[in-house]
Amino acid sequence: MSQTGSISMVRAKGLRKEHGRASGLVRAVDGVDLDVAAAETVAVMGPSGCGKSTLLHLLSGLERPTGGEAWLAGKRIDRLSERAVARLRRHSVGFVFQAFHLMDELTAAENIEMPALLAGSSPRAARRRAAELLERVGLADRVKHLPSALSGGQRQRVAIARALANDPMVLMADEPTGNLDSAATVDVLRLFEELHLAGQTLVIVTHDARIAATADRLITMRDGVFVDETRLTGGSTGSLSALAGLGS
Amino acid sequence: MGRILLICRVVLRDLRRKPVEAALMLLAITAATATLALGFGLSGAISQPFQQTRTATAGPDITVQTYTPGSGPERPPSATQLADMAALAKKPGVTGSSGPFPASMPMLRVNGYNVQAVVQGRTAAPAGVDRPEVTQGTWIHGGGAVVERSFASVLGIRVGDTIRLNGRAFPVVGIAVTAAWNVYPVDTFQNQYGPAGVVWLTEADARSMATASQPLFYTLDLRLSDPARAAGFENTYLNAYQNDGIDLQSWQDISADDGRVLGKVQNMLNIASTLLALFAITSVALLVGVRMADQNRRVGLLKAVGGTPGLVAAVLLAENLLLALVSAAAGLTLGRLFAPLVSYPGAGLLGAASSPALTLGSVEEVFGVALAVAVAASLVPALRAARISTVRALSDASRAPRRRPLLIRLSTRLPVPLLLGLRLSARRPRRSVLSALSIMITVAVLVTVVTAFSNAGGQLGPVVVAPASPKNLRPEHVVLAFTGVLVALAVVNVVFITWITALDSRRPLAVARALGAAPHQVVGGLSAAQLLPSLTGAVLGVPAGIGLFTMVSDHSGVVYPPAWKLAATVVGSLLVLGALTVVPARLGARRPVAEVLQSEAV
Repeated sequence: MSQTGSISMVRAKGLRKEHGRASGLVRAVDGVDLDVAAAETVAVMGPSGCGKSTLLHLLSGLERPTGGEAWLAGKRIDRLSERAVARLRRHSVGFVFQAFHLMDELTAAENIEMPALLAGSSPRAARRRAAELLERVGLADRVKHLPSALSGGQRQRVAIARALANDPMVLMADEPTGNLDSAATVDVLRLFEELHLAGQTLVIVTHDARIAATADRLITMRDGVFVDETRLTGGSTGSLSALAGLGS
Repeated sequence: MGRILLICRVVLRDLRRKPVEAALMLLAITAATATLALGFGLSGAISQPFQQTRTATAGPDITVQTYTPGSGPERPPSATQLADMAALAKKPGVTGSSGPFPASMPMLRVNGYNVQAVVQGRTAAPAGVDRPEVTQGTWIHGGGAVVERSFASVLGIRVGDTIRLNGRAFPVVGIAVTAAWNVYPVDTFQNQYGPAGVVWLTEADARSMATASQPLFYTLDLRLSDPARAAGFENTYLNAYQNDGIDLQSWQDISADDGRVLGKVQNMLNIASTLLALFAITSVALLVGVRMADQNRRVGLLKAVGGTPGLVAAVLLAENLLLALVSAAAGLTLGRLFAPLVSYPGAGLLGAASSPALTLGSVEEVFGVALAVAVAASLVPALRAARISTVRALSDASRAPRRRPLLIRLSTRLPVPLLLGLRLSARRPRRSVLSALSIMITVAVLVTVVTAFSNAGGQLGPVVVAPASPKNLRPEHVVLAFTGVLVALAVVNVVFITWITALDSRRPLAVARALGAAPHQVVGGLSAAQLLPSLTGAVLGVPAGIGLFTMVSDHSGVVYPPAWKLAATVVGSLLVLGALTVVPARLGARRPVAEVLQSEAV
C-alpha cells in the first residue's frame, strides 16, 4: 500500500512481530506492508488483540520487529541501535498513549517540556514551546496544574501537546480516546482534525469510528494482517483478498 | 486465636513470596546484633586467662623496677636505690620475694624485624616468685635465650632459632609465659621505649647487654600475704619512693594493661555495632518501604474481607518483628561463636577465652536493638497501610511521588542523565535520604581507617603500627573485619536500592524513552539517582569519620590525613558506587518500552 507521488514518512515492508515459540507462537503482526505519505492521516482499526498497537510500536521503533523492514522519515529503523532509534524518535515521532502516561509529579507545562529537554533545547525554549502548545490545545490556563488536577480529556490534550513538542514529522496515537468520555473525545477529535488540516502526518490506532472518519485512509486489521483499506477522502476501497495476502 | 493464625499465615506466606528481601533484612539486622553481642562478650574476657597464668607461674603480687629519676641521661641504679629496693622485700605484708634481677633494653633482630626487647637475667634454678612456665623447649641454659611466648608468636620465633640482641647471637632454647610482665605488645614502659618483648638470659648475659645509653636496671618480684591488697601496697610505696627511681606495679595493673587491648576492641565493637545498627535501620527502612509499596493490594484485600486497620498494621509489623527476632537470635549465636576468636588472650597467657556467658542484660539489649531497628523502620509504613482506604489499596496505586518544583526547575539545565537522575531521586526523597545516610556511614568508617593509618604507631594503640614494627594483633583485624562487613552490606544496599529504583521508575523511564531518551541516558539517569544523594552522604562522611576516629582513639592529638587522601576516599567510594549501579540499572532499563507502558497502563 503506497502513496505514489508523495514523500513516504512511514513505511513498512513485510513487517512481522512474533511472540513465543512452536505451538505457543503468536504472530502479532504478520507481514504488513504500509506507506504513509507526508501530511496523510491513516487510521488503523480492528478488534482487540489484532496487533494494532504492536504495529504502532514497530513503526515508531518502540519495539523491534521479528522480520521485515520499518522506515521512518526515510531511515530504516529496524536495524538501528536503540540509541540511534531514540535519537530519531526525538525529532521524528510524537507518541500519544491511551493511558496518557504523564509524569504525575510534573505540571502540565513541565510534562510538555520533557521531550524538548531530552532533545537538547534550552529550558527557556522548552518552556516557551510548552506555553504555545498548551495554548494550542486550549489549556493555557492549566500550565501549573498537575495531572491529578486535570480531567481525562485535559490529560490527553496535554499528552498530545507533549507529542508535538519537538514538532515531529509523524504523530502516532494509540487509542487516544480509549479512556475518555464522549465530551472529552470530541475535544480530542477536534484537535486531531486541526492537526490533520495543518498538514501533520498522523497514524492513529483506534476503536472509535469518529476518529477514523477524520482520516484519509482507514485500514482494518485482523490477526496481525491488514484485511481492508478504505480511502475515505478518495472513497476507494482496497481489495480484501490482496490485503489479506490471499493473492489477487 | 483465629486472628493470630491469620496473621501467622499471612506473614509466613509473604516471607516465602519475597525471600530475597527477607534475607537482606535478616542479614542487615544480624550484622548489627552480632557485633553488639561480640562487644558484650569481651567484657572481662581477659581476667580468667591472666589468673590461670598467675597461678601456674607463681606470679608476683608486686613487681619492682629501678629507673633513672628526673631528666638527663640514663644511669645505672645507685646504691641507695638498690638498698631501697631490697628494703621493700622486708616490708610488712611481704611474704616472699625473688631478685633483684639485672635487666637491660637491647634491640632484638630476627626474621627481618628489629624491635625493642627487655632482657631479664635469671638463674637456671627456679625462683620462689615468678617462675615463667616453659611451654616449649627448656629454661635458660648454656648461653641460650628463652623468649616470652606472645613476643615469640608475633615475631615468629621458634625454639632452635637464633636471635640477635644488640648484635650478639643467642640460640632460642625455650618459649615461656609469665604473669610478671605484660603480654606483647602492651607498652610496659609507658611510651619510654614503646612496646618491648621479654627475653630471659643468664644473669651474666643480661649484664653484658647493658650499654652506656641503656644501662642496667633491676627488677624484684614480691609476694604479699593478701594479694587483694597489692594495689594498696603499690600506692603506699610509690608515694614513698616517687623521687627515688623505684617503680612498683601491682598484679591488678598488669592484668588491666593486658586487658587494655581487649578494652580497645570492645570500644571499637561498641561503636561498630552502633554504626551497624544505624546502617541496619537505613537498610531495613528501605526494604520495608519497598515491601509496603508491594503490599498495597494485599492490604486492600485484608481490609475488604473485614481486616481492621489494627489487624493490617499488626500483620505488617509482625512480619518485620519476626525477622528481627530471628536476626537477634542469629546475632547472639554468631557473637558467641566469634567472641573467643576476638577475645583470645594471645600467646602471652595460658588458657583460652571461652564463649562469654549469656547474661539476661546482654540478651535483652541485643533483642531490644533488633526490635527497635525493625519498629523504627516499619512503624510509619505500617500505620500508613492501616490508614489507606480499601479502594485505593485495592487499585494498587502506589504512593504518588513527591513533587519538588525547585529540583525540577533546576534539572532542566542539566544534561539528560542528570536531569533524569535528579528527578528520580526527588520522586522518593525518603529513599534518597536513607541512601545518603548509608553511604555516609560507609565513608565515615573508611575515613576512620584512613585516619588510623595516618596516625601510624599512635592513637589506636595496636590498631596501626609503625612500618618498622612487627605486624599487630586483634584490634587491627577487628577494624578491618568490621569495615569489610560494612562495605559488603553497603554494596548489597546500593545494588538493591538501584534495582528497586529501576523497578519503581519503570513507567516514567519508559515514557522518557518513548519521548526520545536513549538507553544509555536512562541507565545514566538511574546511576545518577543513586549518586546525587550519595554525593552529599559521602562528603558528610569525612567529618563523621574523623569524629569517629577521635572517639575511638585515646589521644587528643589526632593527625589528620592529607586532603588528597580524604578526597580520594570520597571520589573512590562514589566511583565504586557508580560502577555498582550500572548492572542493576541496565537490567532495570532493559525491558522493552512498549511492554512496560502496556503493563503499567492505568
